[in-house]
Amino acid sequence: MRFLARRLGFYLLTAWAAVTLNFLIPRLMPGDPVELLVARMKGNVDPAAIDAMRRAFGISDASLWQQYLDYLGNLAQGELGRSITFFPAEVSTVIAGSLPWTVGLVGVATLISYLMGTSLGVLMAWKRGTWLDGVLPAATFMHAVPYFWVALALVFVFGVTLQWFPVSRAYGLDVMPGLTGEFAGSVVYHAALPAVTIVAASMADRILGMRNVMVTTLGEDYVVMAEAKGLTSRRVMWAYAARNAILPNITSFALSLGFVVGGSVLTEIVFSYPGIGSMLLKGVENEDFPLMQGIFLVISLAVLVANFLADLAYVVLDPRTRQESE
Amino acid sequence: MKIKIGAGILAFFTLMAVLGPLLIGADPAATGDDGLQGPSAAHWLGTTQTGQDVLTQIVYGARVSMGVGLLSAVIANVIAVAVGLVGGYFGGAVDEVLSVLTNIFLVLPALPLIIVLAGYLPQRGVASVAVVIAVTGWAWGARVLRAQTLSVRRRDFVQAARASGEGALRIVFFEILPVLLPVIATSFLATVVAAILAEAGLSFLGLADLSTVSWGSMLYFAQNGQALLIGAWWWFIPPGLCIALIGTGLALVNFGIDEIANPRLRTVKVKART
Repeated sequence: MRFLARRLGFYLLTAWAAVTLNFLIPRLMPGDPVELLVARMKGNVDPAAIDAMRRAFGISDASLWQQYLDYLGNLAQGELGRSITFFPAEVSTVIAGSLPWTVGLVGVATLISYLMGTSLGVLMAWKRGTWLDGVLPAATFMHAVPYFWVALALVFVFGVTLQWFPVSRAYGLDVMPGLTGEFAGSVVYHAALPAVTIVAASMADRILGMRNVMVTTLGEDYVVMAEAKGLTSRRVMWAYAARNAILPNITSFALSLGFVVGGSVLTEIVFSYPGIGSMLLKGVENEDFPLMQGIFLVISLAVLVANFLADLAYVVLDPRTRQESE
Repeated sequence: MKIKIGAGILAFFTLMAVLGPLLIGADPAATGDDGLQGPSAAHWLGTTQTGQDVLTQIVYGARVSMGVGLLSAVIANVIAVAVGLVGGYFGGAVDEVLSVLTNIFLVLPALPLIIVLAGYLPQRGVASVAVVIAVTGWAWGARVLRAQTLSVRRRDFVQAARASGEGALRIVFFEILPVLLPVIATSFLATVVAAILAEAGLSFLGLADLSTVSWGSMLYFAQNGQALLIGAWWWFIPPGLCIALIGTGLALVNFGIDEIANPRLRTVKVKART
């Protein structure tokens, strides 16, 4: 339990750091974001928008400390300010509308990628010296491929040339959003290519990571012992070796979530997918600083929660972490 | 073997970045009348919508993409070395603070942070983009170096140096640092890949310096010029392929170093299990 309490403390500290970073970035950067916006619109700007922006930033004549306290107070009430792009919509409303799309897409794609990558890594370590080694160079290549380039290639082949899958939006123009089978089918159909992109680009890391840990585990005494006892190789591979090799992989999986989220931002742009990544870019392009910051905060917090869940899983799966904490 | 192939790929791209522009000479931004031509004798890799030669852009783009990758990897690793070695050597409260800082940067999602930072940049030049990428990319190296420093600082030669009255910072940077050079090299190579990918992503989103030709900005213009819908594969395949190949080259060299350290990871001469 002490292990978990320590981790929880760390995540709370990190959450605070993300919040504070969000507060400091616009103030540390040269130039006043509000003046930047006004200059960009050549004075042709709604006074209400400027006012909303100043309030959203808490930029006022008050001391920095007072501004920080006001900012924290607003956050505590779930107040992220108003979006400039979608004025007068609240930033929180914009995020609530786009977050489910990203969570659904990235969640499912990451799960698939993890299951497939881990199994392949285990198998490749086990069958070292066979044709499966041929997957290694391919995995090394995929590990270095930019996410959005995979997306472009898939759009080109399966969207434009073969026309098997739609290449943009999250559901068809001809279906009404609602709890219908037709709508669900359209959503899954539209999510297919973006999901394949994320799986293809992130699976290589899982394969390589799992293979390396597994190869080391295979040399351990208890694996040799299990083999000597004459257990079936399937049992040795999964119940003895993979079971232990997977533990460090859980932590690295949690850390790589941050990269998957970043990759999904790029993927969403290619597919014009209405998730949080598309919104983030819209925010940056329109110099909609409240929207940008709100989204960064939500993404960071989501990654932190996911990491904490991975820590929980680690404690459940590895008895040693429980013993050490006593 | 892996190191050789990897080094070969890297040597090819380095030559391309250094000598390529001198050999080709043409202006990568120069437009022509023959837009959207497929590969031919006149244009080996075809042309863009505005008649720019794709091969010329690839060659010039190598400079920017690799330059940003190297520059930000240097900055990131200077930070990583300072944070990792100082924390690992001194321990105590200093280490506690630096470790927490490292872990925070390790967990925060890098690309969204880069995007937000780039959003605030008043001018998105090559150098400022490199700095932004470095700021988000040093944590992994710092963590690895701290762990290594912890083990090195107990060794005899460090004790001896301390006994002979050398200053702490001198011990850290002149006694411990040289021992860690292989680890730093591995971390450096990994950072270069990450930085090249980050620059490409940022350019692709239109958030880097779009007036200079880089592989990322080529992909940005290809995407915005509807290259996919027109079927102009020669416009967007080469830049992405170059990024992936450089990354593969760097990874191969890295894996090669790992295999020297951990022979079990080698792929050859192992009898397969059944």
